[in-house]
Amino acid sequence: MSSTTQHPEIAHGHAEHGHAEHGHAQQSFVRRWLMSTNHKDIGTLYITMAVIGACVGGVLSMIMRSQLMYPHNTIVTSGEEWNAIVTAHGLIMIFWFVMPALIGGFGNWFVPMMIGAPDMAFPRLNNMSFWFLAMGFIFVMLGLLVGHGAGAGWTLYPPLINMHYSPGVATDFSLFSLHLAGISSLLGAINFIATILNMRAPGMSLHKMPLFCWAILVTAFLLLLAIPVLAGAVTMLIMDRNFGTSFFEPSGGGDPVLFQHLFWFFGHPEVYIMILPGFGIISHVVSTFSKKPIFGYLGMAYAMVVIGFVGFVVWAHHMFVSGISTDSRIYFEVATLVIAVPTGIKVFSWIATMWGGAIEFKTPMLWAMGFIFLFVIGGATGVVLANAGIDQILHNDYFLIAHFHYVLSMGAAFAIFAGFYYWIGKMSGHQYPEFWGKVHFWTFFIGVNLTFFPQHFLGLAGMPRRYPDYADAFAGWNFVSSVGAIISGLSTLVFFYILYRIFSSKEALADNYWGEGATTLEWVVPSPAPHHTFEDVPVIR
Amino acid sequence: MKRILKTSLGACAVLLLGVHLAVAQSDPTAAANGYVNAPHNWQMWFPAAGSPIQAHIDWLMKYVLWIMAGVVGFVGCLMGYAMFRFRASRNPVPGRVTHNTVIEVIWIVVPTLLLAVIIIPSINLIYFEADDSNPYMTVTVTGHQWYWEYSYNSVPGLDYTSYMIPDNQLKPGELRRLTVDHPLVLPIGKKIRFNITSSDVLHGFYIPSLGVQRYAIPGTILTSWTEIPKAGTYYGQCNQICGTGHDAMPIEIKAVPMADYLAWVKTAVANYTANTVPSSPLSSSPQLSSPLPHNQFADAAPGAASPR
Repeated sequence: MSSTTQHPEIAHGHAEHGHAEHGHAQQSFVRRWLMSTNHKDIGTLYITMAVIGACVGGVLSMIMRSQLMYPHNTIVTSGEEWNAIVTAHGLIMIFWFVMPALIGGFGNWFVPMMIGAPDMAFPRLNNMSFWFLAMGFIFVMLGLLVGHGAGAGWTLYPPLINMHYSPGVATDFSLFSLHLAGISSLLGAINFIATILNMRAPGMSLHKMPLFCWAILVTAFLLLLAIPVLAGAVTMLIMDRNFGTSFFEPSGGGDPVLFQHLFWFFGHPEVYIMILPGFGIISHVVSTFSKKPIFGYLGMAYAMVVIGFVGFVVWAHHMFVSGISTDSRIYFEVATLVIAVPTGIKVFSWIATMWGGAIEFKTPMLWAMGFIFLFVIGGATGVVLANAGIDQILHNDYFLIAHFHYVLSMGAAFAIFAGFYYWIGKMSGHQYPEFWGKVHFWTFFIGVNLTFFPQHFLGLAGMPRRYPDYADAFAGWNFVSSVGAIISGLSTLVFFYILYRIFSSKEALADNYWGEGATTLEWVVPSPAPHHTFEDVPVIR
Repeated sequence: MKRILKTSLGACAVLLLGVHLAVAQSDPTAAANGYVNAPHNWQMWFPAAGSPIQAHIDWLMKYVLWIMAGVVGFVGCLMGYAMFRFRASRNPVPGRVTHNTVIEVIWIVVPTLLLAVIIIPSINLIYFEADDSNPYMTVTVTGHQWYWEYSYNSVPGLDYTSYMIPDNQLKPGELRRLTVDHPLVLPIGKKIRFNITSSDVLHGFYIPSLGVQRYAIPGTILTSWTEIPKAGTYYGQCNQICGTGHDAMPIEIKAVPMADYLAWVKTAVANYTANTVPSSPLSSSPQLSSPLPHNQFADAAPGAASPR
C-alpha cells in the first residue's frame, strides 16, 4: 500500500468557494428544516435530536442516581415508576442519543464530504429517516409518561411485557416507537450503503476510503441485517399483547426464551452499531493530532468488518442463565472472546499511530485518549463477562452495568464528544473555546469514572440491576456513584456554556483549522462547509 | 517498534507473576455458630465462597481479572509513554511509519494466545457448573410476583412460600431487603439440585455466595445445583426485572447440619397442614434423637435429570 491510502490527496477541482451560501439563502425556515433534503441540514437535525435525547436520557439517569444515593429513598415513588424510568433511559440513550449522533448526525454530515459526493444518494429518503426518528421520540416519551409507563426494561422481555402484566397503552407506545426508530435506521442504512458504494469520487477506491466511511459502511450493513429481526420480534410482541397470539406465551405453546434469542440477535450487533462509528471518529482524531497517517489502515478497516461479522454470531452470551445448553455456553463464550482480537488490533493501531507522531493535546484528542483507555477497561470487563462460568454470578448485576457503561457512557459518548469538538468548526464555522473544552473533558472524565467504577464493586458484592431500593450493605458505593453522577451532570452544564460560546462567536475559521494532520476531503472545503459541496467532482490522485 | 516488543515481554512477565499470586491465594473461613454470609458495606469483592461452585468462580475470576489487569496496565503504559515521548513539544517532526508486518502479526497472535489461556480453565468451570447429576435432594423453586415458593421434591406436601419482611416489620438483627419470613432450609454437605421455574413472569434465582443463578421462566424448568459445606445463612435476590416488586423478593437460605435439617423437615411437614411453617431452624436446638435415616428424603432416582 502506498502512504496515501487513507488520506487521498486532491489533484484538482475541489469545492467552489464562491458558491458558499448559494442555495439555501432564499429558503424559508419551514422549507429548509422541515422539508430538508440536504445532507448537512439533515445531519444538523439529527444532532439536535441527539442533544434532546441526551438531555432527556441524562435527566432520567440523574433521577435514578438521586433515588439510589441513599437506601430507602423515596424520590421515585413506586416500582412501576422506577421501571418506566429505567426502560426509557435505556431506549432513549440508545435510539435517540448515540445512534442519531454518530450515524445520522456525523454520518450524514461527513460521509458525503469525505467521499467527495455532492449529497446522499436518496435525499428524500434521508429526510424521511429523520422524521420517522423524530416521531418515534414522541412515542417513546408517551411510553414513559402515559399511565404507569412502559416498565419491562429496554430488553422488552416477555412475559412481563404481555398485556396481563403490563396493561395500558404505554407499552404499546414504546414498542411502536421502536418500529419507527427501526424504520428510520433501516432507511438510513440503505441510504449510506448506496451512497458509499456508488458515489465515491473518481479514484477513491474502497481501499482509499477514510476509516469513518468504512465504519459507517459496516454499521449500515449491521443495521440492514439486525433491524428486521428486531422489527419481527417487536411485531410479535404487539400481536401477543393485542391480538391474542402466543408467540412467546407458554400456555399457548410459545416460548419466552425465543424472544430473548430474537432480541439479542438484533441487540448484540446493536452494540457494535453504537461503537463502530465511534471507532471511525477516533481514528481520524488520533491521526490528525499525531500528524501521522493512521497506522495499519487496511488492518483497521478489516478489523471493523470482522467485528461486524463475528458480532452476529455471539448473541446468546446475553443468555448464559436463560437455560441454553452447556455446549452452547461454551460456543458463545469462545465466539465472544474472539472479538477481543480485532478490537485489540484497533487499540494497538491507534497507539502505533501516536508512536513517532507530534502529538497535540487539543480537546478532541483528550476525548480520544479517554476513549481508548476507558474502552480498554470496558473491553477487559467484557472479556471477564464473556466467561459463561463467571457470568453465572455476574449476569444482570452491577458489574454488567459498569461494563456496558464503560463502553457506552465512556466509549460511545466520548467518541461523540471527540467528533463534536473535532468537527464543530467545520459544521458551524466557529471554533469551541479550548479552555472550556478541556474543563468539560476533565470534569466529565472524573464524573463518569466516579459513577461507574464503584459499580464494579457493587456487582461483585451481588447488587442486582433495576432495583429502586437495595440492601443497606450496598449504601457506600452507591453514594460514591451518585456523587460521580452529580459531577457528570454539572459537566454537562459546562458543555451547554461551550455551545453558547460557539454560537455567539464571531471568529472566522480557516478551511483546514487543524493543519497538516487533517487530510480528509472535508478539510478542503470552507468552514462552515457550504450548503452544497463538490458541485464539481473532486478527483483523488 | 522494538520498544513495543520489549515492553510487551516485560508486561507478560509481570502478568504471569500476578496470576501466580492470585492462584496462591485462598480463603478458608473459620467455622462459627450463626455464620451469616451477607453483603457488607464497602465490599469490593465477591462474598466469601459458600459452595464449591462459587469457590471455583472466585478462582477463575481472579485468574481472568489479573490477566486483564495486565492488559489494561500494558495498554495504559504504552499510551502514557507515547503521550509523553511523542508530544509535539518534544517531538515536533512526526514520523511517517504506517506499517510494520511483524508488530501487526504479534498483536494478533499474543491476544489470541491470552484468550486460549483464559478459555481452557473457563470451560472446566462451565462443565462443573452444569454437572447437577446425583443430587442428594432436589428443591423446586418457583418465582411469583413477588415471592418465592419452595417445594421439596422428596418430601410430599412440603411446599411453602417465602416473602420479604417489609421495612416496617423488621426486628433487630434482621437485614432490610434481605431477610424473609420463611427461609429455604437445606442440609450442609450435600449436593442439592434446584429445579427453577416461574408461575408468571421471568424472575432470577440468584445467590452470589453459592454460585447459583438461573432465570425462572414460566413453562420451563432450568436446573442448577449447589453444595454448602458450612452451616449458616446465605442471601440472594431476584435478578431479572419482574415488575413493581422486583427488589422485594430476596432469597434467604439457612444451611443446617443434617440432624437439624431432618428435625426441621418433621416439624415442617407436621405443621404444614396447620399452615404454619417454622421459620427459624437455627434458633431451636433439635436433638439427634430423631433417628431418621439420612437418605430418607433423598431423591428416588438420583441423576435422572440432565443439565439443560
